[in-house]
Amino acid sequence: MAYHNTIGRKTYRFSDLKTLLAKASPHRSGDVLAGLAAESYEERVAAQIALADVPLKTFLNEAVIPYEDDEITRLIIDNHNDIDFNLISGLTIGEFRDWLLQDETTGDILSRIASAVTPEMAAAVSKLMRNQDLVAVARKIEVITKFRDTIGLKGHFSTRLQPNHPTDDPKGIAASMIDGLLYGSGDAVIGINPATDSLQEVSNLLLLMDRLRQQFEIPTQSCVLSHVSTTIELIRQGLPVDLCFQSIGGTQKANASFGINLSLLDEAYDATLSLKRGTIGQNVMYFETGQGSELSANAHHGVDQQTCEVRGYAVARRYKPLLVNTVVGFIGPEYLYDGKQIIRAALEDHFCGKLLGLPMGADICYTNHAEADQDDMDNLLVLLGVAGCNFIMGVPGSDDIMLNYQSTSFHDAVYLRKVLGLRPAPEFEQWLMRQGIMDEKGDLISRRNAGLIQEMQQLWMK
Amino acid sequence: MDEITQPEENLLEPLKEFTAARIGLGRAGTSIPIKQSLAFNLAHAHARDAVYSELDLDRLIENLKEFDLPILQLHSKAAYREQYLQRPDLGRQLNEESTELLERYKNDPDLVIIIADGLSATAINHNSIGLLRVLIPQLQSADIKLGPVCLVKQARVAIADDIGWALRSKLSIILIGERPGLSAADSLGVYITYQPKPGLTDESRNCISNIRPHGMNFKQAAKKIFYLVQEAFRLKISGVGLKDNLGHLDF
Repeated sequence: MAYHNTIGRKTYRFSDLKTLLAKASPHRSGDVLAGLAAESYEERVAAQIALADVPLKTFLNEAVIPYEDDEITRLIIDNHNDIDFNLISGLTIGEFRDWLLQDETTGDILSRIASAVTPEMAAAVSKLMRNQDLVAVARKIEVITKFRDTIGLKGHFSTRLQPNHPTDDPKGIAASMIDGLLYGSGDAVIGINPATDSLQEVSNLLLLMDRLRQQFEIPTQSCVLSHVSTTIELIRQGLPVDLCFQSIGGTQKANASFGINLSLLDEAYDATLSLKRGTIGQNVMYFETGQGSELSANAHHGVDQQTCEVRGYAVARRYKPLLVNTVVGFIGPEYLYDGKQIIRAALEDHFCGKLLGLPMGADICYTNHAEADQDDMDNLLVLLGVAGCNFIMGVPGSDDIMLNYQSTSFHDAVYLRKVLGLRPAPEFEQWLMRQGIMDEKGDLISRRNAGLIQEMQQLWMK
Repeated sequence: MDEITQPEENLLEPLKEFTAARIGLGRAGTSIPIKQSLAFNLAHAHARDAVYSELDLDRLIENLKEFDLPILQLHSKAAYREQYLQRPDLGRQLNEESTELLERYKNDPDLVIIIADGLSATAINHNSIGLLRVLIPQLQSADIKLGPVCLVKQARVAIADDIGWALRSKLSIILIGERPGLSAADSLGVYITYQPKPGLTDESRNCISNIRPHGMNFKQAAKKIFYLVQEAFRLKISGVGLKDNLGHLDF
């Protein structure tokens, strides 16, 4: 079905829903590269005005990628909650935006409609929202997940400790882990991007992290970010897998380029659950996403990159993940050109993920060929902190020497907790106090008192 | 200032030998101390400057003369750097002028060497001549017929396919500036493609990365490239089907 809007004497025609969504998207380089972006400022707003009048119900009848062609479309349609949808089924996208922002629409109500909102509805409404709106609505939604600690509680803010090393050197990784723990990092997960996907290397890293965790009784979980097929094999071999990781996209074809499909993810999920390693909860999956991966895999079907991204969240929520991380600035300037585009994309991803009921975190990051720097990341850090983002990364000095990009430092998380009065996950916070790393006020204690340092001699390093 | 942060740094000092990661930085309140903060800024500045650096054509051409090969100056369809960064598709194609120029040099060489700015012309300016001084004599002594040396601006890796195809070359080697990191802004990458033609993807190429004096040095890199070139000619293939079985390089 075609959509129209007339501004002055010019009538804009949008041939179908996916075209309307693409043209209504705030400007970003990836949509231009794909040839999908609005060609003028006026065309973009014309599309937004037309989109505001589209009923939510339309999204249940017009798929942006055909049901027959794509298993993610089938997942979205087949799992739609028609009963809870009754609460919002009479609204247009524009009315939905206003409804989301109303004081009467509480976090509890938003949590209730999560399974009634499709990714395309979330993407559509986000395109009509300013950054401020994205923060205001996301902030209302609390998504709590558990494994060995509790992540996502209001007033709390967690980090993934990311101790990567270019050759997976165990001592090098351990050094970064200890540094991070002394800054109170790692309550979301201690997660390593391995330099290779070899079983032996990944096994060594898993054993290393598990040993450190047990030795110091740290209430957190570990993860090596290898491919699910590797993780399934590791589980078969009896290795201590806490969380199962996978990068995911929003189209079946994009996921095929990652070497996955829903049935493989089902298998990985069941295998990880069967280990029952979580002590207080069984959210066992860790997913990473990022706008542009569908275009990069030439698998976008003419759908704009932000809508594709949110479709990936439908995949994520099937598996009740502990963590979903949008690696927003990693992909490069041909998808998100500068700090402005990266910030906007991160706020969209966080909002849309939370609206769909996901425990959203963000890798606040950039590459050296993007028009961005530490100041842009500082801005985004505060915005996401205010928006109630569940977690960010913790990388020594912001410099990931394995992946060659800049993310948030251990210091950044300490800063954010301080200026916004946020605390680590409660179980982890207790541990930090027991170790003499943090005091009751949440301030870091001088490191000379830290038990971890005192006991370092016992570690395997020396 | 050092007096405030030094004690904490010292505690983690023993760990620093295990990793180049920025650990044990100490802190000023919740922030990174000034010395470490400025060191980071300097590394980022080098990386940013490298992204916007330009090929030093005068010096490159002067140095390339010693190889006694025709030297061609080419340009991709990306007109300027900002466009190059946002439109990788344009950086993969030659502009019309360049395509016409190549037409005159079509002479079925065995191998064409392409030198491209990529994401760091600094890498080319620093490291391309040093590598070629080791590599080209090896190729020549193996009786490999070399085409013109092509210098290309605003280029991505796949432009080697357009160039190799236009010259009807059996094989292309492209030296290209890699995306600058904070630890090095002048890493050179080399991609080898057998029977280059437009439309190939990365799985058709072999890559040698991080070529610079403090990474993979010129002698190591040239040895690897020469090995892969010989194997590509022998097996008539490149990319995932061509394994680097040279093993550990002992120098």
